[in-house]
Amino acid sequence: MAKLNLKEKLALLSDAAKYDASCASSGTAKRNSADGKGLGSTEGSGICHAYAPDGRCISLLKILMTNFCIYDCAYCINRVSSNVERARFTPEEVVHLTIEFYRRNYIEGLFLSSGIIKSPDDTMADMVRIARTLRQDHHFRGYIHLKTIPDAAPQLIEEAGLYADRLSMNIELPTDAGLKNYAPEKNPDEIRRAMGNVRLRKEELKAPTYTGRKAPKFAPAGQSTQLIVGADGANDRTILQSSTRLYSSYKLKRVYYSAFSPIPDSTAKLPLIKPPLVREHRLYQADWLLRFYGFDAQEIAPDAGSGMLDLEIDPKLAWALANRHAFPVDVNRAGRETLLRVPGFGTKSVGRILSARRNGALGYDDLRRIGALVKKAKPFIVARDWQPGGLTDAANLRARFAPPPEQLSLF
Amino acid sequence: MRYSVTLPRLGTFATWRDAARALAGADVPPDAVDWRMEGEAEGLFDAQAMPLPPMDAPLNVPRAFPALAKQVIAARDPQAPHLLYSLLLHLRDAPRALTNRADPLVQRAEQTAKHIRRDMHKMKAFVRFREVSPEGANRRQFLSWFEPDHRIEELIAPFFTRRFGDMDWVIVTPEVTMRFEGGVLRHEAVASERLELSDETEELWRTYYANIFNPARLKVKAMQSEMPKKYWKNLPEAALIPDLIANAEARARQMQETAPSFAPARADRILSRLPERSVDRVGPLARLNACTRCPLGQMATQGVPGEGPQDAELMIVGEQPGDQEDLQGRPFVGPAGQLFDQLAADAGMDRTAVYVTNAVKHFKFQPRGKRRIHQNPTASEIDHCRWWLDKEVDHVQPLLIVALGATAARALTGNGRDLIKRRGSVEKGLSGLPVLITLHPAAILRTPDKATSATRIADLRGDLCAAVGMITSARQAQVPRGATTAGNAGPLS
Repeated sequence: MAKLNLKEKLALLSDAAKYDASCASSGTAKRNSADGKGLGSTEGSGICHAYAPDGRCISLLKILMTNFCIYDCAYCINRVSSNVERARFTPEEVVHLTIEFYRRNYIEGLFLSSGIIKSPDDTMADMVRIARTLRQDHHFRGYIHLKTIPDAAPQLIEEAGLYADRLSMNIELPTDAGLKNYAPEKNPDEIRRAMGNVRLRKEELKAPTYTGRKAPKFAPAGQSTQLIVGADGANDRTILQSSTRLYSSYKLKRVYYSAFSPIPDSTAKLPLIKPPLVREHRLYQADWLLRFYGFDAQEIAPDAGSGMLDLEIDPKLAWALANRHAFPVDVNRAGRETLLRVPGFGTKSVGRILSARRNGALGYDDLRRIGALVKKAKPFIVARDWQPGGLTDAANLRARFAPPPEQLSLF
Repeated sequence: MRYSVTLPRLGTFATWRDAARALAGADVPPDAVDWRMEGEAEGLFDAQAMPLPPMDAPLNVPRAFPALAKQVIAARDPQAPHLLYSLLLHLRDAPRALTNRADPLVQRAEQTAKHIRRDMHKMKAFVRFREVSPEGANRRQFLSWFEPDHRIEELIAPFFTRRFGDMDWVIVTPEVTMRFEGGVLRHEAVASERLELSDETEELWRTYYANIFNPARLKVKAMQSEMPKKYWKNLPEAALIPDLIANAEARARQMQETAPSFAPARADRILSRLPERSVDRVGPLARLNACTRCPLGQMATQGVPGEGPQDAELMIVGEQPGDQEDLQGRPFVGPAGQLFDQLAADAGMDRTAVYVTNAVKHFKFQPRGKRRIHQNPTASEIDHCRWWLDKEVDHVQPLLIVALGATAARALTGNGRDLIKRRGSVEKGLSGLPVLITLHPAAILRTPDKATSATRIADLRGDLCAAVGMITSARQAQVPRGATTAGNAGPLS
């Protein structure tokens, strides 16, 4: 095999990394280099330095250390049985790319993942070495996201958490059975235990120390994971239940949903469908409802239904249409929890409604100025000068929101 | 009578603030003031403008106002200073109006500020530095050209000083040049022409940009709403976009049409060398973790086996692991476990000589937001899990088993009813060994009534005392037991 140059390696190893949806750089501890001794800053909100034509944000240098891998996960382009060309960065190359990209303001930091070479411990140790070099030798204060390998030694994961802002482990398939079928070398118990350890370690270091000195921060931007949507048969209910368990058990910051998309050199085991992008979008909306709007999975995808989210309208509207007895809601009286359930009201609008209505009863135009989507909300609310009348219970209410039916193509 | 105020390109806010303070002090109405930027043509009546009134009384504004004003004054909208001054006067009458987004004036100011913040955010994102370090310089030097929509240079420069503290940089915009040299930031209001810049690292960046793009999920609109075309001419990667879009569909179709290939020869060799991961080969703990007798195993983090000497005379059986036990993989370490430890110590029990375990080995819970709410295991789950408990009882062969709570009572005696009535009695267990029935410390922790809770604590402590007594007398009555394998390696661990 001819020796690859840096550009060729970068092409292969960023191509191999693009199936990871996460590119977040937000929510970590605040750092900066105003002292003139280092490079980089993190200030709470993330920054997307570019967008690719797939509409995804490019915030981090998202690469694999290597795409050699000894595992055989069916959905993955880097599985051992794939014929994709292989490459491996040296740790110095990763450090060089990160620093030089950062200095030119291309990126917020590094998202380093890797295929598993030799053993999980060897691979993890190399990744930790890269993060350590960046932090200690180059005084890099930007964002670092490390993909951890669940079966690597716990000490390595603990060290990783001291340098990284975020740690993540991808579950990929929402059920243990799915994992067994498509990723036979991955062990779901091991992943859960590793996530549990990260949560415990984070809590341990948060506790006050006896010396009064602050303990070092451990993965201040928390941990996250990713579930592939549409590769196995799991329905949306199963996926959302899985997410709620992960959020409650391991205090995950995010669960990412990635529509399964065709990969070059794929296996016969998986469907080569068009990625279900709308379904992915609805799952993200549902996920937001779980985390910020006080819904639970059972309400969004009830046992009675098909277990799939409505693709035509968003899950909150779908819930409201199915629960019309809860409406209309009086915007001048209802509490936060109730307002959050009104379609067209986001968390920000609700906060503004609550503080604005102290100055007097709110009318229709007030709500518009506040930034609420009044067109969407109006069948579900009562305001000073607005009554929905029969609109709330109108039989054709769904049709007002759903996209018009399309004639099927004849070809 | 009209007033006219000229705002400089740099230090705009400070000048606006001083003028506004003076004007508001003299109760000048907003429509009597003309605001203009330095360099703009003079208004028709500027020559007759009055001198600003003297600044006398201090002016109080809501705490959130200055930050909002600094953003609004950066807007290129010629109405911005006027809007801001109107808002200032409005706030004197209604100091709480700033929290009222339904107020038209506040809404307009917030809307303007939002545009400014977006412009700032895009500048943070889309400035691209090119290296221009001369040979032998001790700080590396970078240069950038950027065209913001609004007059945000002074607002944004501190961001770049915090971020790029160890290098010298210059950002040139059409009206202002920001220089950060040797750790010192300077602004200069000079007009500049667009700079054509590039450096060699851009080729690597373009390589990255082209390859991180997934052609199977083309969403051009989503990209353009966040990265509008007006920024493209200064982004080295943007030149690639048309080709990436044009070829995307063909690339995606090709991936779908290509038949699955055969695995390379090395794949089988590598897979066959992987350490055996089938659960039967890796011991009882892995088997417990992989247990599918009931659905709980897939929900919980791990199975929690019992802990303690293998030849313990006393075995304590609780209900199921809780949140902490589930994470740590050890029994009796959560709040209920701590209460138990305390009561056991009160009862004179040597905790290190006791084998503690649970009737159900996986945590059963209901997710609620960021917490997990404990749920009682069903009769069927208890019965399925008895397979594991029986193994432990068989292996340890204690003189006495203490069943904490209804779940343990059901697992050990086949009956979990009437717990309060049966409490304190010794029954013959399903294994043939004596079982002392008592309360579960978690149930006591959940009792809201203080008096009841105190009685129950006393009851549990009493029962543990009784257990200690029973062990002592049983030990005296019995021939010494054959020494089984000592150490803490349990039957399940």
